[in-house]
Amino acid sequence: MDGTLLVSLYVFVLAAFLGYELITKVPPTLHTPLMSGANALSGITLLGAVSLLGVATVAASTVLAVVALALATVNVVGGFLVTDRMLGTFGTKR
Amino acid sequence: MNATVLDGGIGDLVALVSIVLFAVGLKRLARVRTARSGNALLAVGMLLAVVLTIAQTGVVGWPWIAGGLGLGAAGGVVIVLTARATRMPEIVARFNGFGGLASALVALALFWREVVEPAEATAAAALGAVPAGTLALSVVIGGATFAGSLLAELKLRGLLRTVGGVPARAVVMGVLALAALALAGASLFVLEDATWAVATILGLAAVSALVGLLLVAPIGGADMPVVISLLNSLSGLAAAAAGFALGQVLLIIAGTMVGAAGLILTRIMCTSMNRSLVAVLAGGYGAVPAGDAQEYTQVTSSDPEEAAMVLEAAGSVIIVPGYGLAAGRAQHAAAELAGVLSARGVDVRYAIHPVAGRMPGHMNVVLAEADVPYEQLVEMDRINPEFKTTDVAIVVGANDVVNPAANDQPGSPIAGMPILEVEQARRVFVIKRSLSPGYAGIKNELFERDNTVMLYGDAKGVLDQLTSELQGAPV
Repeated sequence: MDGTLLVSLYVFVLAAFLGYELITKVPPTLHTPLMSGANALSGITLLGAVSLLGVATVAASTVLAVVALALATVNVVGGFLVTDRMLGTFGTKR
Repeated sequence: MNATVLDGGIGDLVALVSIVLFAVGLKRLARVRTARSGNALLAVGMLLAVVLTIAQTGVVGWPWIAGGLGLGAAGGVVIVLTARATRMPEIVARFNGFGGLASALVALALFWREVVEPAEATAAAALGAVPAGTLALSVVIGGATFAGSLLAELKLRGLLRTVGGVPARAVVMGVLALAALALAGASLFVLEDATWAVATILGLAAVSALVGLLLVAPIGGADMPVVISLLNSLSGLAAAAAGFALGQVLLIIAGTMVGAAGLILTRIMCTSMNRSLVAVLAGGYGAVPAGDAQEYTQVTSSDPEEAAMVLEAAGSVIIVPGYGLAAGRAQHAAAELAGVLSARGVDVRYAIHPVAGRMPGHMNVVLAEADVPYEQLVEMDRINPEFKTTDVAIVVGANDVVNPAANDQPGSPIAGMPILEVEQARRVFVIKRSLSPGYAGIKNELFERDNTVMLYGDAKGVLDQLTSELQGAPV
């Protein structure tokens, strides 16, 4: 197991604890917005797509990455917008 | 590529700022007063991360990057702006599916670039065993999330009824899991021939999608919120798996935080039903009691006119919404009735069961959309002691979550599930189309109680009639 992988593993375990601790007591009102906002965050995979597109040659992998990028961006942009719209109807302040 | 974020310098610090924004954003998103700013912080963190990644990747592939980002952003904006407010839960399910599919496609793109196109070595040799394994995980989790979320959206839209028992579902799922393992092993570790590697990895994607469909197919009713939050968790884990495959720390962190958050929600939903995750995923409530136990013998029904007369004399009213309210788009009608009652000096509140509806917090979203004041929505634990002193409880399209059998009958399939104790109110009106059972498939004792009156009809229609009767009545 090389060093980078080990660090990735540390990061994974700590992030799991962090995510868990951050939102243990969440009021029912916020269940949907929390899910929807967290969901937008899972569109982070778009960074992966971007990093795969840093090449000049066009191939099947380019096409796959572009489709992934577009879908992940829908997830991110749409997800944050829909969450904001929902929270707007809740009358919570910005 | 392992070095993109970890190679020191300014990039690392920018990534760290993003991570902090994610953590603070999630924290604020979980508190009512700060939720909106929390969401905004998450968005800023994401923007920062995107800019950073583009800067690190370089501008060689910029037309593709700009095209994908532009197309996706436009698509997201259009979907949200053109959707009616009542469609929000479905939209959330759809975005979840997109996120899952994107992670699967990122993994596939990596597979094509490193394995299929060079056609020199197996994925395990080209990428390393662990990144190759997580690549397959990303395909599996992402594919299952996509298919499952798609099905969930169709169900939320009411376009698809719950498919009763898939024959030998557990066996089929087991076989599929073994097939997935075999395909993943073959595509990653054994096959050097590009054609076969492609065939097996696509087979893996197809099997995963099938698993996602089977996972969601038999689930309905109050179990839907559990599945939806589980899918949400999975979309995060798919991103984290892609992060491992690519060696991108930001993906691992954000994806895992989403995964953990989703699991917490899943657990909350399970607790709200006193059911284990396994029982929920098995689908249904097991054996349904024999025929005659389902028959109703002494049900009283009435019409809105008489019901309105009771409401005229009431001092306190609790409205109990369920999925039927959301499905019938009756939230505005309910809010209007509440408004008329309030204007007459009646104390009106709404009782919110944590799993009422089809997704976590569904009722809160639906009622907020009809401008129901937040203070009028009362959680189960706080409203239950109040039913005793309430004149009228109006149940709108809820069934299993108000079934007293959960408290009275130890042998009932829903025994022990926390319910809204509406039967303790002096009078209970149940607005429902028919006496058909809810997802649990059992008789609802509430409908036979002496203080219960059924108002048959579609939720919106009955509520509108109640409102107009009350408007005509002298104060």
